[in-house]
Amino acid sequence: MQPLLELYGTFVKIGCVTFGGGYAMLPILERELADKRHWTTLEELRDYFSIGQCTPGVIALNVSTFIGQKRGGVAGALAASAGFLTAPILIIMAIAAFLTNFAELAVVQHAFAGIRVCVCVLIAQAVLRLWKGSVVDAFTLILYLAVFALNAFGSLLPLKLPAAALVLLSGAAGLAVFLRRARGAGKDGEAR
Amino acid sequence: MILLRLLLAFAKTGLFSVGGGLATLPFLYEMSDATGWFSHADIADMIAVSESTPGAIGINMSTYAGFRTAGIPGSLAASFGLALPSVVIILIIARFLNKFRDSRLVEGAFYGLRPASIAMITAAGINVAKVALVNLPAFQASGRLSDLFAWKAIILGALIFIGQRKLKWSPVVFIAISAAVGIVFRF
Repeated sequence: MQPLLELYGTFVKIGCVTFGGGYAMLPILERELADKRHWTTLEELRDYFSIGQCTPGVIALNVSTFIGQKRGGVAGALAASAGFLTAPILIIMAIAAFLTNFAELAVVQHAFAGIRVCVCVLIAQAVLRLWKGSVVDAFTLILYLAVFALNAFGSLLPLKLPAAALVLLSGAAGLAVFLRRARGAGKDGEAR
Repeated sequence: MILLRLLLAFAKTGLFSVGGGLATLPFLYEMSDATGWFSHADIADMIAVSESTPGAIGINMSTYAGFRTAGIPGSLAASFGLALPSVVIILIIARFLNKFRDSRLVEGAFYGLRPASIAMITAAGINVAKVALVNLPAFQASGRLSDLFAWKAIILGALIFIGQRKLKWSPVVFIAISAAVGIVFRF
């Protein structure tokens, strides 16, 4: 029981200080888990992050599950994940209770109208940051434009594709083009 | 019953949102249209709350929507639903870690998933901009194009954009400044 409690406690602490999502969490995890406790290595953490990025769900939670699994199997994974979720859930419950009671106040409404402007900018920055590694050639550019059009203006079409269908179709299209290209490159290599 | 519906709706979001917190946005907009558990403006506000509190946007939104819909049990059901698929998937992947990392199938799928993910984040950003930067009711009432744009908001947005590029401050600082500007200039 002791190791599970320690896992839970450690991840409660990490959950308290993870502002700004998964990427901001990496330096904190490096210090807490690799340098201080030697539960993992920097290389392993990087691997967990790259996998966490390309599997469904929240990156920081995925990394917590990985480390918990390594320390204590399935029970460890659950303890670490639950620990990571504890603080954010409690904090948002408090904020939701506050907003439910005070959202009508003019001052709160003005503040959030201002904040929404900032949110637009934050999303634009995120798109610009992710663009470089994602839209790398003609195929990915066309895919980007197609998915954007279907998602943003889909309601004008007779049949609106749900976001889940767009995700599945894009993955399949990417895989088909990628494998075709890889096979073509293989043949070229043999011919030479 | 409402708890089960929350759990399932957020489990679906957790299963399909690939690429981090903002990837949940298209699913949250769909959920908002389909269920009315929260509004488009709520989603925009929640992005700001998530940037200023610990935790990821997906978890925060599920906790918030669950609370608004069914109180504390609702927020637990929704958060559990969101986390469940990714925890199960990571437990499976952890057993085949090296194979997964070197798999060409995984690499190929992500060649397509990455542009799709940011395309949907872009669309979500436009949804937020519709609430924040455009004043459709005023335009419909007056018919003047100059009334369509919320000029104060657009100027603030441009300043924040430049500020973020020049100064490497945390997003929390810019959110706090925007809140203050919103109150002082009555957005």
